[in-house]
Amino acid sequence: MNFLFLAPWVVFFPLLGLLTNLIFGGRMRERLIGWTASAASGFAFVVSVLLAWSLWANHGEAASWTIGEWIHVGRLAVDWTFRVDSLSTTMMLVVSGVGTLIHVYAIGYMHEDVRFKHDPGRYRRFFVFFNLFILAMMILVSADSYLMLFVGWEGVGLCSFLLIGFWYEMDTLGRPSWANSDAAKKAFITNRIGDFGFLIAAFVMFWALGSLQFDAVFAAAPTASRAMIVMITLLMLVGVAGKSAQIPLYVWLPDAMAGPTPVSALIHAATMVTAGVYLVARSAPLYTLVPEAQFVVAMIGALTALFAATIAVGQYDIKKVLAYSTISQLGFMVAGVGMGAFVAGMFHLVTHAFFKALLFLSAGSVILGLERGHHAMAEHAGHAGEHSKEVFDPGDMRNMGGLRKTMPTTFWLYVVGTLALAGIFPFAGFWSKDEILADAFLEGYTAVYWLLTVAAFFTAFYMGRQIWMVFFGKARHDAAAQAVESPRIITTPLMVLAGLSLVGGVLNLPGVHRLTEWLEHTIEVHAGEFVLSVALISTVLAVAAIGLSWLLYGRKPLRKNQADPLRGWLGPIFSGMEHKWYVDEGYRALFVNPYIAAARFLANVVDGRFWHDWFHDKVLAGTYSWLSTVALNRYADQRGIDAFFNGLGEATRRASGSLRRIQNGFVRSYALSVLLGVVLILGYLLIK
Amino acid sequence: MVPVTYYITLSAVLFTIGALGVLIRRNPLIMFMSIELMLNAANLAFVAFTRTFTVLNGQIFVFFIIAVAAAEVAVGLALIVAIFRTRHSINVDEMNFLKG
Repeated sequence: MNFLFLAPWVVFFPLLGLLTNLIFGGRMRERLIGWTASAASGFAFVVSVLLAWSLWANHGEAASWTIGEWIHVGRLAVDWTFRVDSLSTTMMLVVSGVGTLIHVYAIGYMHEDVRFKHDPGRYRRFFVFFNLFILAMMILVSADSYLMLFVGWEGVGLCSFLLIGFWYEMDTLGRPSWANSDAAKKAFITNRIGDFGFLIAAFVMFWALGSLQFDAVFAAAPTASRAMIVMITLLMLVGVAGKSAQIPLYVWLPDAMAGPTPVSALIHAATMVTAGVYLVARSAPLYTLVPEAQFVVAMIGALTALFAATIAVGQYDIKKVLAYSTISQLGFMVAGVGMGAFVAGMFHLVTHAFFKALLFLSAGSVILGLERGHHAMAEHAGHAGEHSKEVFDPGDMRNMGGLRKTMPTTFWLYVVGTLALAGIFPFAGFWSKDEILADAFLEGYTAVYWLLTVAAFFTAFYMGRQIWMVFFGKARHDAAAQAVESPRIITTPLMVLAGLSLVGGVLNLPGVHRLTEWLEHTIEVHAGEFVLSVALISTVLAVAAIGLSWLLYGRKPLRKNQADPLRGWLGPIFSGMEHKWYVDEGYRALFVNPYIAAARFLANVVDGRFWHDWFHDKVLAGTYSWLSTVALNRYADQRGIDAFFNGLGEATRRASGSLRRIQNGFVRSYALSVLLGVVLILGYLLIK
Repeated sequence: MVPVTYYITLSAVLFTIGALGVLIRRNPLIMFMSIELMLNAANLAFVAFTRTFTVLNGQIFVFFIIAVAAAEVAVGLALIVAIFRTRHSINVDEMNFLKG
């Protein structure tokens, strides 16, 4: 059996789900809306499985399925073609598989979220956006050309914008503000900068290589000028930095946590942000041609990994920690694919999708648990006069503590995710992170290796800190003491993800290399070797980091209003971490404020004073007004046209005034004039 | 045989008398008579020329003129009666209320 003809359905199923909810959602019950969206995503997953199976049966022979012409202009020919090869099916499986689980989770999560934020009408909108995201992501990963990939690329950017600003009229605590909407704009604009790079890369590619279709581009690349390839790959890196949140464009991702937690898990951890990694892996034939570009990519990834990991240490918001962790892990992946270790990067992408989605969703469960606790507390206090005034942040880890007892399921799930992320044997993260590290070590990227190793140490440390702060010790807020475990619809998808995080490593165990063999059909790979010393160093470091975090946060749990113990140890360095190394402030001073000043100048002086006040009001409106009131009205109209017709009327009036005297009413005078007339005519006739 | 010039002269005299009558007199009855006089002056001229040139066209015209004159007198007298009923006078100089 060959199911390749089903390829377009990875896009059509989400489209169907989205249309169903869009058209009929108003009359559907909440649960039905959620399940429709989940089913749409689930069917896309089934199709992905069938495609992968067909591909495997065909020995990995890449196939493409064209559904229509798109752009045919001159030399440019782009069709709507779905590409089914081992790389794209891997992404499809991750996107639709993890996506479906998060859809199911969102059925439970959004129910409570809309309840706490008092707008149940948003429920349907959320799932429409979610399906739209799956649709765009599927276009992205199944594209056969850079242009179609770009359509998906922009589509997921749009969905990211829509979903970050889902509660656009409030901040993350539900107070009226434009904070969430600002976060959405920040994400969109930062991504736009990256997309600009991607677009220029596509233009250069068409100019230098004559096509945008993957195979044609890769075939033409070896004979093209080297400088062009360097330019294409580096410009593409700008796009990667925007979408996959790398230095210097990563700043939007932490703010993107303003969106509901399922959004953070699906878009800003598991799938969309990995699009950049996918792009580099997809463009492997281009990158392998230019080692200097590869080096830049790897360095950017490694620096991002370390930089973001240090910031994560100083964060208090449970989701912000995970956000910086995501940036850091994306740095690992980008470093991996940058070094040419495409399989290692893709492997880490897949396992990271499992455990980071798990962590985010568990964090969402924690936040909901605290909200429930806070709600119960407020009700307990009777009419919540005093409590409604208190600003309670259910995401602040300083408000948590001791949740191990009140939310045991979430606790164990979180521990699984943490161990996987920290890279503890035998969890999925251990294998994938280790493969990247081993590749860096063996390929001679020493700097990258050490940066990533230190980043791995920090990773284990901030995750340990989080576990101790959130789940151990005593509750630092009444809401945490009264937190309630989440319902089954929320925890079940988490268990699946926890299972995947546990065994995800089997995808590419050293010596077995299933993923390597699978991806071999599409991109040039080399089997990652297992280096015992590398594995030992990273494991020892991870365990040491967790131990250190225990010393700081576990042994003597944080008490209410107690300062972070790290602050005493590190002093100003901790302040730097807490304030994200003042990068946002720096960007504000360097780019945003000058930009705003320039915009103000253009608006007030150039547009307001020059164009509006002077050119339009004085020159255009003044001339027009003079022309109409003076020249045309007074002279042309009043003294010209009016005068002529008034004169005509006056002349008629006068003529008739004198002529009417002839009509005197005497019959005999009429008769006389008749007679005279006759005499005149006869006289004339006679004389003639 | 009386020359045609005489007839024409008589016709002209009659016509002139009729025309003067219309112009001078104020009694509409007299004015009608004067109009009849003018019509009959024309008739006389027609008849005279018919005799001279021995064609019948003039005779036919004369019959028409007599018929038209009869109709005109009928309408005219009816108008005079109607005017007299409303204004109790038939002086034409007083019938000037249609002037501009």
